[in-house]
Order: sequence, then structure tokens, then C-alpha cells
Amino acid sequence: MKPRVLLNSKQIELTINRLCFELIENHSDFSSSVILGIQPRGINVSRRIIETLKKLKGIDNVQYGELDITFYRDDFRRRDIPLEATSTKIDFLIEDKNVILVDDVLYTGRTTRAALDALLDFGRPNSVEFLVLIDRRFSRDLPIQANYVGKTIDSIDSEKVIVNWKELHNKDQVLLNNVDKKA
Amino acid sequence: MSSLSVNHLLGIKNISKEDIDLIFATADNFKAVINRPIKKVPSLRDLTIANLFFENSTRTRLSFELAEKRLSADVVNFSASSSSVKKGETLVDTVNNILAMKVDMVVMRHPNPGACVFLSERVDARILNAGDGAHEHPTQALLDAYSIREKHGDVKGKKILIVGDILHSRVALSNIFCLQKLGAEVKVCGPTTLIPKYIESLGVKVENNLIKGLEWCDVANMLRIQLERQDIQFFPSLREYTMMYGLNQDILKGLGKKITIMHPGPINRGVEITSDIADSTDAIILGQVENGVAIRMAVLYLLAAKIKR
Repeated sequence: MKPRVLLNSKQIELTINRLCFELIENHSDFSSSVILGIQPRGINVSRRIIETLKKLKGIDNVQYGELDITFYRDDFRRRDIPLEATSTKIDFLIEDKNVILVDDVLYTGRTTRAALDALLDFGRPNSVEFLVLIDRRFSRDLPIQANYVGKTIDSIDSEKVIVNWKELHNKDQVLLNNVDKKA
Repeated sequence: MSSLSVNHLLGIKNISKEDIDLIFATADNFKAVINRPIKKVPSLRDLTIANLFFENSTRTRLSFELAEKRLSADVVNFSASSSSVKKGETLVDTVNNILAMKVDMVVMRHPNPGACVFLSERVDARILNAGDGAHEHPTQALLDAYSIREKHGDVKGKKILIVGDILHSRVALSNIFCLQKLGAEVKVCGPTTLIPKYIESLGVKVENNLIKGLEWCDVANMLRIQLERQDIQFFPSLREYTMMYGLNQDILKGLGKKITIMHPGPINRGVEITSDIADSTDAIILGQVENGVAIRMAVLYLLAAKIKR
């Protein structure tokens, strides 16, 4: 079956713009806020957000980092093949900061839980907010909700959300694919 | 990600270059972790690891214990000098008794070569070799190669001279396997009595003259003379050994180039290496120790990934 397009490149741009304005509403000049992209895929969204903040309002002083959560996952040793760790780049303290975690897809909430654990190893933030591009509601394993949502979708477990970026895949788009388990 | 091709780390000889690359890539992440204010991750919190040391050790044992604790594993320590081994219990019995207390991984140092291989065939746990007699010391070789990679960018094409007691050294053998797999050239240097007879069959060249060896190399790994393993006299006196094979500032200055000095520890200052060199910026001895924890965390993590829940 052909994958269904959830967001095309124009819609992604509009969505990111809207999310940026929502962030500006709550964080004004970002002086005590930091943006952290969750490795590996959340960083594509967070980098785009940093770019867009600069483009829209000339905000270019946002403290920005990338957080790897591999060692904090709760499915270590449950997978056949372990996940590859990526690098963490956080060169500032998050003590007393308002942290905005960024990921591409919110599904079971387990990645977010791991990210919250990982975050605490860098200090005690004043608050933590969560931004996702796609929220797959009704499929949560844990009581976790995002503060900023690009698009909420209804999907079943056999479906997979694929987020493509023009830097990596030549085209910005979000697809919903039906994964045939027999294939 | 790919996973290790082996279930136990018994030696460098039976792991692949891909395994070594994977361990290094994982160690990069752990090195970042141990340089943070909170040096701990929860990955191994549901595993118990026994450190069985049938032979003395400070560095390796502490390094393993720290690595285990920084991965949040539970750790039990055991040393042969204060145990029932003295009462005549066999190795398999000792280990099976420990495993009956639900231990998942065993880090073992043993005076007999092959003790870890023997154990891995008989007990149900992941075995990590922390040195078996004069056979292998895989994590030391990995951290040595990792330190060379860190200092020189790559191990491939580098020239490494291993100086000293090659005959009794598990560090030398593991280093040779590891460095060759990564594409480095290795020479060994020492008095003929301390060079194993068939070492050249491993593709290693032998150099009896220290100065010539140093002029050739990029990195010199100075090994300790293991007097405790020498049952006969291999050279006339320690003083003569130092005159022929000891590294001092005059020799280093005479080379006309910079080389990196390594030492697996413990150092006998004034024997294989003088104090001023050991403390100089050319020596990366303490860097090796730091990298040891990261490498051991990587190996423990990757082997633990193979224990299914």
C-alpha cells in the first residue's frame, strides 16, 4: 500500500513556524530557556526550530544542545540488536533553566521518559517542556503529554510514521506507512 | 547498531576489527559520560557482576569496578588470597557457587593461561578476561590502541614499538593482535632471552637495539620487567637491563623527533623508564588509565546487550 502523506513540505514549514511562535509566546527572549533535541531523530526538528526562530524574529542566542538517551532506555537487552549510541552535545548547565525537549514523533512515551532521566544527570532544571512534530495519540504506555504539538494523528501499531527532511532525504514530508509484518 | 561477534571477551585474537571499532565508538560515548558532573548511567542496573581476581591487581580491578558502578551494575569482589580456593576448591566449583547467587557476568584474572576459555565452556555467564597468565589481557590492549587513536587520530599505519619483557607479558601479546588488526606495524624490543622464540610468526619484527627501535617508531610502549614471573635469571642484573633498555631523557632528546610514551603500569621508576619521562607531556600513561574506564564500560555494555531478559 502506498504511504499516506500526513504533512507535505509547505505544511511542515507552516507547522514549524507556528510551533516557533508558540515557543516565543512562552519564552519571549529565551534568556533562561534552553532547547534540547533528542538524538537521533529529534535533532532534525530542533535544528529546524533554531533556524526558524532566527529567520522569524532574529532570535539567535538560544542555548541549544543535543541529548543522547541510549544508555537510559528501558528496552536495553530486550531488543535483538542494541541501539547505536549517538553523541550528546550539551556545553552549558541546565541548572534552573527552562528546558524544551524536542523530538519528531511521540508514540509510547518511553523515549521521553528516558530523556527525562538523562536530563537530570545534567542538573536540576526549573521546568521541562516537550515539543513534538507528530503526536500519535491513544498509543501511550506512560502518562506523558507534549506541551507543543505539530500535528496529532490517530494510528494503529502496524503503522509507522516516517519523517523525511530535505537535508537528509531530499524532501520535507511526513508519511504514514502500513508496515506489513510478513514482509 | 551492530553487536559484538562474541559472547565473551576472552582475548583479542578471536574478535574482529569490526568488534574493535564498535568498542571504540561506544567508548567515545562513555568517555563523555565519565567527564560529566554525574558520571553514571542506568544501563546495567539489573545485572550483577563478580570480579574474581586470583592474582594481584590494583589498576585493572579498580578500573573494572568503577566501570561497573558507572553503569549502575551491582558488584561483588573476590580475591583468591582470602577465599576457599586456599582450601582446595576447584575453579569451576568456585565460580558455580558464585553464579548460584545469581551473578550475570564474571570478570576474571587468573595466573593460568586459558583459564577464561576453560570457564566460558563450563559455566553459564559472560566471561571477561582481565588477564590470564602470560596469555592475553584484552581490555589493556583495547585501551592502549584507543589511547593511540586518541593521540594520533588513527592507529592505521602507525609504528609501535613494544619494549621490555615480551616473554612474560600478556599485555604485549594482546597489543600485538589488537594493533595488527587495526593496521599498525609492530616491533618488539628487548634482550633476546625475553623475546619469545616464535614471535616473528605473528608478523612482528624483533629489534634488539633500543635506539634503533625508537628511531623507527611513533609510539613506544614500555613494559615492566615481571620479576615475579621469572623463575630463572634472564639477564645479568636489573642495572644492566636499565643501561641497555631503560628509557631516559638523553635518549629521547637524541632522537630528533617526538614520540609518544606509553606504559601499562605499574611503573618501576628508574628501571624501564625514568621519572622525568614518566611525568613528561610525551607520556600518556594517565590518559591510558582514564581511557581504561571508558573502554571497560563499553565492553561490559556491549556484552551485557547479549544477555536476553
